[in-house]
Amino acid sequence: MTRLVGYDALAVALAVALFGVLAAAFAARRGEAALGALVRGSVFTLFGLTSVAVLAMVFALVSHDFSISYVAQVGSRSTPLFFTIISLWGALEGSILFWVWVLSLWAALVVWRNREISGRLIPYTGIVLLGISAFFLILLVGPANPFGLVTPVPSDGPGPNPLLQNHVLMAVHPPLLYLGYVGMSVPFAFAIAALISGDARQDRWLRLTRRWTLLAWGFLTAAIVAGMWWSYEVLGWGGYWAWDPVENASFLPWLTATAFLHSVMVQERRGMLRLWNVNLIVSTYALTILGTFLTRSGVLSSVHAFTTGTIGYYFLAFIAVVLLVSLVLVAGHSESLRGEGRLDAPIARETVFLLNNLFLTAFMFTVLLGTLFPLVAEAVRGVKVSVGEPFFNRMTLPLCAALLFLMGVGPALPWRRSDLAQARAKLLLPGGVALVVAVLSAVLLTRNAYAVAAFAFAAFAIVCNVREYWLGAAARRRAHGEAPATALVNLIAANRRRYGGYLAHIGVVAIALGVAASSAFRKEHDATLKRGEKMSVAGFELQLDSLWGREEPQRAVVGATLRLMHDGREVDRLTPRMNFYRTQDQPVPTPAVRSRLWGDLYLNLMAFEQDGSSATIRAITEPLVPWIWIGGGIVCLGALVALSGPARKRVPVHETTGPEREPSPLPLPELEPARTA
Amino acid sequence: MFSTRALAFSACVLLLCAFVRGGAVQARGQGRGDSANLERRTSAVASQLRCPVCQGLSIQDSPSELAVQMRGVVRDQLAAGRTPEEVKQYFVEKYGEWILLEPEAHGFNMLVYVLPLAAVIAGAAVVIVAVRRWSRPAPS
Amino acid sequence: MNWRRALIAGAVAIPIIGLLRFGLTRDPRAIASPLPGRTAPAFDLAVFASGNGTFAPTRGERVRLNDLRGNVVVVNFWASWCLPCRDEHAQLSEMSTRYANRGVRFVGVVYNDVTANALRWIDEMGGQTYPALLDPGTRTAIDFGVYGVPETFFIGSDGTVASKFVGPIPASVLQQRIDSLLVAPVP
Repeated sequence: MTRLVGYDALAVALAVALFGVLAAAFAARRGEAALGALVRGSVFTLFGLTSVAVLAMVFALVSHDFSISYVAQVGSRSTPLFFTIISLWGALEGSILFWVWVLSLWAALVVWRNREISGRLIPYTGIVLLGISAFFLILLVGPANPFGLVTPVPSDGPGPNPLLQNHVLMAVHPPLLYLGYVGMSVPFAFAIAALISGDARQDRWLRLTRRWTLLAWGFLTAAIVAGMWWSYEVLGWGGYWAWDPVENASFLPWLTATAFLHSVMVQERRGMLRLWNVNLIVSTYALTILGTFLTRSGVLSSVHAFTTGTIGYYFLAFIAVVLLVSLVLVAGHSESLRGEGRLDAPIARETVFLLNNLFLTAFMFTVLLGTLFPLVAEAVRGVKVSVGEPFFNRMTLPLCAALLFLMGVGPALPWRRSDLAQARAKLLLPGGVALVVAVLSAVLLTRNAYAVAAFAFAAFAIVCNVREYWLGAAARRRAHGEAPATALVNLIAANRRRYGGYLAHIGVVAIALGVAASSAFRKEHDATLKRGEKMSVAGFELQLDSLWGREEPQRAVVGATLRLMHDGREVDRLTPRMNFYRTQDQPVPTPAVRSRLWGDLYLNLMAFEQDGSSATIRAITEPLVPWIWIGGGIVCLGALVALSGPARKRVPVHETTGPEREPSPLPLPELEPARTA
Repeated sequence: MFSTRALAFSACVLLLCAFVRGGAVQARGQGRGDSANLERRTSAVASQLRCPVCQGLSIQDSPSELAVQMRGVVRDQLAAGRTPEEVKQYFVEKYGEWILLEPEAHGFNMLVYVLPLAAVIAGAAVVIVAVRRWSRPAPS
Repeated sequence: MNWRRALIAGAVAIPIIGLLRFGLTRDPRAIASPLPGRTAPAFDLAVFASGNGTFAPTRGERVRLNDLRGNVVVVNFWASWCLPCRDEHAQLSEMSTRYANRGVRFVGVVYNDVTANALRWIDEMGGQTYPALLDPGTRTAIDFGVYGVPETFFIGSDGTVASKFVGPIPASVLQQRIDSLLVAPVP
């Protein structure tokens, strides 16, 4: 019964999506009101139907209805309720079901929030989103059907992948990731709609797009940081980023989206970079689909890989359609998108934004090339090569340093015009602080040039951004006589985009510091301890108190209880564990992490004697790692602040006017990077 | 009062002093023992070798048994006097090129190192040309 | 709408799709071994289970690959915790007997295992007709570029590795590969 409800809801949803797209072609002739009503109706119905399907699946999971194929795949009577519910997105079919639901949610929000806006832009946007939904619904009704019938009905199932049952963050990372990833469909839909409806030369669509992009970007940032935190707490090697292909897949659209959030400001103020921004939006979406393809097709082996199968070919077809439609539309309209470019002076914030875009795009290109290179090399040479952490760290560190530097320079320089003398005066203080920090860290901490550079640039960026708050608040105090705290709050409230942005910069700097410190100053120490024996770590002593085992419904747990001692007194107790699931032959570790503001003590149980006499413990000191999670939170807070501003901007928007200019000397910005030289 | 050039120069001098001084601090710890040195060299080489049974981890980071044993091989060979290059070459002969976490920089593989650099240079050129052209005073 | 530009830009999609399509045809986990064609790495390992075949060195005796030169040698890496190893065990034992007087020697090398478990496993499988060797520190497996079990190597009588097979080996493949290394195939 549940199975039929779920499956039929999806089948009808597919019909509605296809109907919406096709009927819109006819409705377009009957006028905008009819078109708008049709699209709104289709989108809302779609959302209702996908919600029914998701509810049906959750009900099936919770009630252990093993006659349904997805439940038989990931369900188990011995899995705790919490993890049963979140196994909704644990395997391929469920994840696509969840994807479609999130997509229909975004679509419904977009058409509902913008229902007052006249014209074809919003209905066309809705149609694009319906079209994308149709693809995923085809998958759900066809090769990735979660509501398949299983006969004879098994009495129990294997349960979700143990790695997904180990930590509460598994409830947080995928939904955030879907909200962010799928949310990038919205700016894409706006862009395609604007190109088709001829609205692209106006900037109204861009104003609408920017906020949706910022919202999706905020979710994506949170998702990436949550994913890093999850892998840190669960995988047991003490790292949080391995440049795994699927980690890269989530990072690539983040890079282009960040570039867009900056260059859109140049477009709003100067009417420039219109074509470039459309390229960024379209690239961001193409990268999200590429990422989904890589995860689900088995092309690259990865920790994240779902099952392989024919579904790869469906995604390949979809990528082909997305790429062709985007490239054709953007290139076809490229001439009409070009505007006149006018900068008042070369040294100004606009130039900094151009450089920011340069480095972010180069970053994206480097990561994309590294991720796909094993495939290219195999195609050309027939030999498999690996492109892993050493490559990515080496090639991207200089770009990160440059971006940190720009994060300071940008806020320091004014819009429109400045000159060398003014710039020097503004950058003298942050530069001086950076130099002092560099000297101190080189003398006191480390000779690692990368770490020193990271600290110096971070100090530079922090001073520049914090100073903006300081100066702004001081100006308000002078002008209005407000108390410092009030001045600060009012300052932010009056200019949320700007100060939200600076806050996001501060968050990024915190993340950079956490990454730099935990890479440069990490210490690792293995020891095999008998009961009562101690090992010394970071000024503490770790004593093995006991080694114990415990049976749980879905797994057997072996744990070591360690007493953390300082000066002979017990300060804390830590229990790293190993989990043996019935369905896996390799155990899944649960490291014990003691987090303090200045860093973590990370303990992993590596091995133990069967008779419980001794255990091998790996102790890692990771300085400043919590700053990564805190920094992520600050970035999202900054995004929230920026979003909370009013929808109408007060800065005059540069509408395009004037005759067509002759083609500018700029080459057509490339979407596809892997061209041989 | 201070010219930009003078400031830049003094900054470089200060940093240089800091590195030399900082280097002296580090060097004090070096004579501690060959075992610590061997461990460090083992970690350095192990971080460049891929764990065959994991997903993209190095044998330094991986907790799997094979990774531990491969680290043992690295340690033994380094202790026997082989250079890091020779140790890596040994593993390439056994497992193939994919055992290296970074592609060897010759032949076709050079593309993955050169293209990003070329992209940055080309992009920088584009930005410089664009900024120059856009900030030219408009013809009156 | 500039169709010329649109078409040129659209053509850019073709190599990308081509690359991804190529990717779908490859298995990222299948790694070709560089060993075939090279001299087999020498090993010198201790026997922990003699087996009940014609080539049955005593427990504790050492088996050196160099001593076996002149024979075709089949080296099988296995472990008691490896499920697919169970599937191929009967074939290996049978082929070992069949080719015993044809100048073919089978050896099993245990990988990442506890000796007691390995002995118990051999008993459970009903014994085997070739010796099982201990590989302390997994040095020999690493020397052979092993990254999982089961893996089977075919070494010619001149000491060169002819081929490697990953996964449980079917009888037909075993037979075919050994025959190709012998001067005259078994009738």
